Amino acid sequence: MFSRILIANRGEITLRIIRACHELGIAAIAIYSEADANSPYLELADEAICIGPAVPAKSYLNIPAIISAAEVADVDAIHPGYGFLAENAEFAQICHDCGIKFIGPSVEAMRLLGDKVAARKLAQKANVTVVPGSEGAISDETEALKLAGKLGYPVIIKAAAGGGGRGMRAVHNDISFRQAFAAAQAEAQAAFGNPSVYLEKLIVEPRHVEVQVLADEHGNALHFYERDCSIQRRHQKMIEESPCPVLDERDRNELCESALAIIKEANYTNAATVEFLLDKNKNFYFIEVNTRIQVEHPVTEMVTGHDLIKWQLRIASGEKMKLSQRDIKHSGCAIECRINAEDPKNNFSPCPGTITRYIPPGGPAVRIDTHVYQGYTVSPNYDSMICKLIVHRPNRAEAIETTKRALSEFIIEPLKTTIPACLDILSHNLFVKGTVDTGFIERNF
Amino acid sequence: MSEKQSDLKKIEQLLEIMKENDLVEIEVKSGDEKIVLKRAQPQPPQVTAVPMMTPAVSTGAAVPAAPKAGGEQEAEKASDLIEIKAPMVGTFYATPNPDAEPYIEVGSKVTQSTVVCIIEAMKVMNEIKAEAEGTITEVCIQSGQAVEYGTVLYRVKPD
Repeated sequence: MFSRILIANRGEITLRIIRACHELGIAAIAIYSEADANSPYLELADEAICIGPAVPAKSYLNIPAIISAAEVADVDAIHPGYGFLAENAEFAQICHDCGIKFIGPSVEAMRLLGDKVAARKLAQKANVTVVPGSEGAISDETEALKLAGKLGYPVIIKAAAGGGGRGMRAVHNDISFRQAFAAAQAEAQAAFGNPSVYLEKLIVEPRHVEVQVLADEHGNALHFYERDCSIQRRHQKMIEESPCPVLDERDRNELCESALAIIKEANYTNAATVEFLLDKNKNFYFIEVNTRIQVEHPVTEMVTGHDLIKWQLRIASGEKMKLSQRDIKHSGCAIECRINAEDPKNNFSPCPGTITRYIPPGGPAVRIDTHVYQGYTVSPNYDSMICKLIVHRPNRAEAIETTKRALSEFIIEPLKTTIPACLDILSHNLFVKGTVDTGFIERNF
Repeated sequence: MSEKQSDLKKIEQLLEIMKENDLVEIEVKSGDEKIVLKRAQPQPPQVTAVPMMTPAVSTGAAVPAAPKAGGEQEAEKASDLIEIKAPMVGTFYATPNPDAEPYIEVGSKVTQSTVVCIIEAMKVMNEIKAEAEGTITEVCIQSGQAVEYGTVLYRVKPD
């Protein structure tokens, strides 16, 4: 096992990793920017090193500064958390070259799965269904039109260089296709400096379902069941839960086995999340693999009882998972709400400022993962997520009620937060029935 | 009266024990009697603490110890002095190579472009310039120590 690691991140995930380290007897070295200098979570770290000013490019994304801090602190490994450098293969390569273990997959697996086209091919090789579409970029309009007819409308035209929902255009018939195709190419050129576009069948009103996977360096890969993250706005998840309320045992098993097939095909190690779209007929389509721990990992921790961060540390240190798939049990229902410093009434625009009153909820079945406290100033430099509220109960109905109770106890003043929005969603009859899709917030709020 | 005196004696003895063993806190219980003694923490001299650094955070080994050169009671008002700060995380070297003389010492004159030290980061030796003009009044870091972003390396009295 490692004796010292550096955490190349900030906020709640750094605190989460510090806690896992201390339970395993590992010294945790935190890095921080000037903007985070007064954060109490840094006092829980065994050491804290200031690596730069508030701007992420000069601190949390500053690879030379982070490596230098790791060398000064003489650590065995670096945990990248999520966001920032977590999926940066170049950073993982530099860690490797400097003799520092990167707590995550190999550089090769990261590169492979980070390339959308390569990941899609890999999934097909593993016999997992992908969203039907053109294999790679398509430039000829007539050819594209023919393919659109074959895929069946509606189809979606996407910029090859795009991402996060930018440069996408849904088309519903041949007539609008011609016009949209030329416009999409022009748009892609203007936005990304690359006119390449590709076609995909539009999955109508899909759910977003993902599978948590862990693979050790001895060839064992296990899944830790699924999370349903259909409650999103602008492609940002707001509420996540496990199990997915619409999957039966057989579908769930097929989904999780597909995720494992992809992970094995990629020779993947450490934690990964395999993301799928689930259509109304319970067909699932592979979208991508996230090669890191995710924000919503506590949902899985609650329903399986496994500490995923500790597993990441154990696996990276070369330990073998002495578990079989049968040992991993799913129990009850867990729901996570992301509390962001945002104004839901003002199109979820970020709402930085100082918290003058902070009273978190408590009581049975409630977990709070946060780095904030009374007096904390939410910096405009970083992500607006300030807290995760996770609830675990024997069934979904009870989990919803406990989450609502906990949210209504929560006091964070004077900032606007997503607490009222989460309460509205949890009370909505479609959410209660479990019949939502990724367009739920846009349509209903 | 005699009871009080014996109490005082006891406390004196305890203080001796604390001093000898460099303890900051001691608690002695006997029957209903409880004595708690606390001494002031041996303060690391805080010379014009850099505002963004919390002392609580700056206790790690990677964080340089506060200057020992009696800078505490400097006659100069700290606000009159310019601080030369580390622009990066790394290892501070006061000399161009292990056998050489320091780049600068107390009393050295510096200009904007004077090289004052080296900070080693990722095996690269980065020459750090003064970016200030005046006379060095204090060297805050010992050669070979780790510095973080913003650590005060030198203080300069402007001419």
